[in-house]
Amino acid sequence: MADHGHNVRVTINGEAHEGHVEPRLLLSDFIRHEAGLTGTHVGCEHGVCGACTVLLDGAPVRSCLMFAVQADGASVETVESLANGETLHPLQEAFRREHGLQCGYCTPGILMTLKPFLAANPAPSDADIRQALSGHLCRCTGYQQIVAAVRRAAAMLRGEEP
Amino acid sequence: MTTQLIGEPVERREDARLLTGRARFIDDIHLPEMLHAAVLRSPHAKARFTRIDASAALALPGVHAVITHEDLGSANAPMPLLNEDPGFIYPRTHQALAPGQVRFVGEAVALVVADSRYLAEDALDLIEVDYVPEPAAVDLAAAAQPGAPLVHDDTESNVACRTADNTGDIESAFAAADFVLREELRPERGAAQPMETRGVVARYDASLEQLTIWDTTQAPVSARGVIADKLGMAEAAVTVIAPDVGGGFGVKIYLVYPEEVLVPFAARMLDRPVKWIEDRREHFIGSNHERLMVHRIEVAATKDGRILGIKDHFLYDSGAYCPYGPINAQCAQAILPGPYKIPAVHSTYEAVYTNTPTVSPYRGAGQPHGNFVTETAMNHVACALGLDAAEIRRRNLVRPEDCPWDSGRIFQGNTPFIHRDSDYPAQLAKALDALDYEGVKRSQPAEREQGIFRGAGIAFFVEGTGISPYEGVEVRVEPTGHVHVTTGYPSQGQGHHTTLAQVVAETLAVAPEQVVVESGRSDRFAWGVGTFASRSAVVGGSAALGAAKAVRARALDLASDELEVAPEDLVLEDGAVHVKGAPQMAVTLGALAYAANPINTLTSGAEPGLRAADYYRSPDGAIASGVHGAVVVVDVATGMVEIETYVVVHDCGVMINPTIVEGQILGGTAQGIGGAFYEKLRFDDDGQPLVTTFMDYLIPTAMEIPSIEIHHMESRCSLNPLGVKGVGEGGAIPAAAAFAGAVEDALEPFGATVRAVPLDPPAILALIEGRAES
Repeated sequence: MADHGHNVRVTINGEAHEGHVEPRLLLSDFIRHEAGLTGTHVGCEHGVCGACTVLLDGAPVRSCLMFAVQADGASVETVESLANGETLHPLQEAFRREHGLQCGYCTPGILMTLKPFLAANPAPSDADIRQALSGHLCRCTGYQQIVAAVRRAAAMLRGEEP
Repeated sequence: MTTQLIGEPVERREDARLLTGRARFIDDIHLPEMLHAAVLRSPHAKARFTRIDASAALALPGVHAVITHEDLGSANAPMPLLNEDPGFIYPRTHQALAPGQVRFVGEAVALVVADSRYLAEDALDLIEVDYVPEPAAVDLAAAAQPGAPLVHDDTESNVACRTADNTGDIESAFAAADFVLREELRPERGAAQPMETRGVVARYDASLEQLTIWDTTQAPVSARGVIADKLGMAEAAVTVIAPDVGGGFGVKIYLVYPEEVLVPFAARMLDRPVKWIEDRREHFIGSNHERLMVHRIEVAATKDGRILGIKDHFLYDSGAYCPYGPINAQCAQAILPGPYKIPAVHSTYEAVYTNTPTVSPYRGAGQPHGNFVTETAMNHVACALGLDAAEIRRRNLVRPEDCPWDSGRIFQGNTPFIHRDSDYPAQLAKALDALDYEGVKRSQPAEREQGIFRGAGIAFFVEGTGISPYEGVEVRVEPTGHVHVTTGYPSQGQGHHTTLAQVVAETLAVAPEQVVVESGRSDRFAWGVGTFASRSAVVGGSAALGAAKAVRARALDLASDELEVAPEDLVLEDGAVHVKGAPQMAVTLGALAYAANPINTLTSGAEPGLRAADYYRSPDGAIASGVHGAVVVVDVATGMVEIETYVVVHDCGVMINPTIVEGQILGGTAQGIGGAFYEKLRFDDDGQPLVTTFMDYLIPTAMEIPSIEIHHMESRCSLNPLGVKGVGEGGAIPAAAAFAGAVEDALEPFGATVRAVPLDPPAILALIEGRAES
C-alpha cells in the first residue's frame, strides 16, 4: 500500500517527539498514543467539551480539532508540564485544596486553559473566571469549587497565599 | 490521642494523580500487541437483516476480524434480567449483537478489530448489511396504544410491564375532596453524559488461561459474573478491573453492555489484547438514556390545602429493552408522596417499549421524575386554592413528632419508605429564610409594573439511599504497619478512597497516610455489587467501620497477650496499643500484625492475620431529604432565564467529609439544572436521533450554573452505625421542580402553567404566549 505518512516533529513539554503519521491523525491522538502522554483527555472529539485542551506555542487549543501534521514544528505544553517533580503547580495545589475536581477527567484541559488566563489576568473576578471556564464542560462539580480553586490559585500566584 | 477524621474536610488522596496527568483512565491503558475495535451500529430504528457481508472489510490490510452474531454462539445469549417486577408482561433483554433484527439506531450489529481505531472505523464503512426497514414505535404515548408497531414481534403490545402500588383508601379521599387537580406532567428524555465515555480493554493470557478486562463499569464484581457466564469461563479465570473512571452517574452500570462481552471475546479469539473506546456520538446512541415519562395525575385536596389523595397513572419509556426492570418507574412511584402526609396514594405505571436506546437509571433513577410530578402538582393545587406554595407544603409535611412515619410505599431494593431522623418543617424554614422568599414575594407587584419578572420556587426532596444489596470491606493490618483496605465497589470521582480511609484510620487510630485503599478490582475483593443509588457511604462505609472495629478488638486481644494486661486496661492510639497510664508499655499495630501470623505455631483452624471483613446491608435504607429554592428572573422577550439565587438545604446525616458532600450536592444540582433547563434528547418520527453531539445536547457551563448556597442539617441516621444517609443523587432530584416552580411564579401574570421540563427559551416563550401544550 502506498505510504501516506508524513514526518512530524513536535516539541512537547520541551522534549522533541517525532513520528511518521497519517495526515488524518489528530493532534490529541499523537500526544496520547504516539508520544504516550495520556494526561490530555478526549471527551467529545468535536471541540465542545475542552478536555483535550493543550497549549500550542503558548495559546490554548483543542487538540482534537487539529491534525498532528498541523503542529509540525510547534511547541506543545500539556498537563504533565505543570508540576515540578512532586511539587504541584499553584493551580494544581489550589484545585486539590478547594475540591475543584471529582473524577478528574476534564481537569487537565481546564488547567491548560487557566495557566495563560491567570498569566494575563492575575486578579480575575468570579465573572471573569466563569467566562474563562465557559469553554469547558465538567459534569461532576457544578463548577463552583473550580471557581474557588481559580480564585485561590490567582492569590497563590500573586504571592498572597502560601 | 485519637485523631478525629470522620466529619473533617480531609483533602482527597485521589487528587495528586488526577491533577498531574498520572491517573490511568481506560484509554490510557496500552498493552503490547494491542488491537483496536470499533462497533458497527444500526442506522435504523427497526429493521430486519439476513446477511452481513464483511468481505471487503476483511480484505482491508490491518483488519483482523469482523465478528457478527453468528460468530458468538452462546456468548450471544440474552443478558440477565436484573430486577423482577410483579407487573412484568413481556420482559425482554438485549443481546451482545443483534441477531437478524435491530430495535434502535445505535444497536450493535458487528465488531471490527484492526491495527488501529482509524482502520477499524474505515472497515465499518465497508460492511454491507441487507437491512429491510420496518415501521418503528418512537413516540411514547403512541407506542403504548393498541395497534402500534411492535418493538418485539413476539409480543402483542409494547406495554412491557404494568404495576400498581396502592396505599390507603383512595375512594374516600376523593369523595371528601373540595378540589381535584387533574393534569398531565412530562419530564423529558435526557442522559448522564459523563465526560469520559465508556471503554473496555481485554487481554487473554493463553499460558495462564486467564482473562483480564479493564472496564469503565460501576460494578466490576457483578460484570465479572455476567462476562464469565457469557464466555463459558470460570469466574476464577476472569478478572474485571475498573480503572480510574471519568464519571458514571448510572450510565456505566448495565450488566452488561455489548462491548463488555464482545471485546474480551475478540481478545480470546485473536489471542491479542483488544481495546474499544466509545466515541461521543456512540455514547449518545449506544449507551443508555433516561428520563421520559408521562404522568396523568389527580390530586384530591381540601379547600385549606390538605392533600387527601393522589392518583397517578404514568407511562415510562423503557427504550428497546428492559433488562433493569422498570426500576426508574418503580422509584418514581415510591417517591410520589414525598415528605408529605398523604393518606391515600394509588399509582400505576406502564413501562413501554419504543424503538429508541434502552433506558436505565441516571442520577436519581426516576426520583427526579416523581419529584417533579409531586412538587409541581403541589404548586398547582396551591395556585388553584389561592394558597402560597410554601404554605401548602408546610400544612402537609410529616413532622418530627410523627416519626417514624410509614408512607406505605416500597422503594428500590424492597426498601420500605419510612420517614425518620429529619425535620422537614425546619428545612423549609431555613430555605425560605435563605432565599428571602417573603422579600421576593413582596417585591413582585412593583417589579412586574416595571416589566421585571422575578419568581421564587421551592421543592422538597426525599431520597431513598443506602438501599440493598449489601457491600463488603476487608481491613488488614500489615506487619509494615500499613492498613490495607479493599472493597468491590469502584469510584467514578466520588472520593471513596479518601472517605474509606477516614473511617478506617479514625477507628484504628492510625494516620490516614498509613491506609492503602483499593477498590473495583475483582481480584482483590469480589463480594458486593457496585456503586449506585447513593449507597456507598451508607453500605460500604458501615462495612468499613464494622471491619475496622473488629480489627481493633482483635488488636486489643493480641496486645493483651503480648503485654500481659487485660484488654480493658489497654488503649489504641497513634498506631499502637499501650497500657492506660503507662504509654511506654506499648506494642505497635505492625508488630501485632506480625504476631498474628505465627507461621510455626498457628493452631489448626485458627485464622492468621490482623484482619477482618464485614458485610453490611441496610434493610430500611436511609432516607435523605432537603429543600431546593431558586429565585429566577425571566426575560419575557427572549425566554432566557437567569438564576439569581439558588439555595440547597439538605440533611444527609453525619457527613464523613463535608467538602466531598458539598461537591456531590453542587454537581448533582448542576445536572438537575441541566435537565430542567437545556438537556433533551430528540428523535424524528422514524426514530433517528436528532441529538448526537454536545452542540445539540446542551450541558450547562460555568456561565449557566449559578453559585449555590448550601445549608447542612446534620440529623444522625438511626439505622446505621455511622449515622450517614446517602448524598450522591439528592442534588439532582428536586432541581427541575424548583426551577420550574420559580419560572412559573415569575410568569404568573401570564397565567403560565408548567407541565414539562426542560424549560428552554422556546418552551418559556410558549408559556408566555399561552402556547404550551395542555
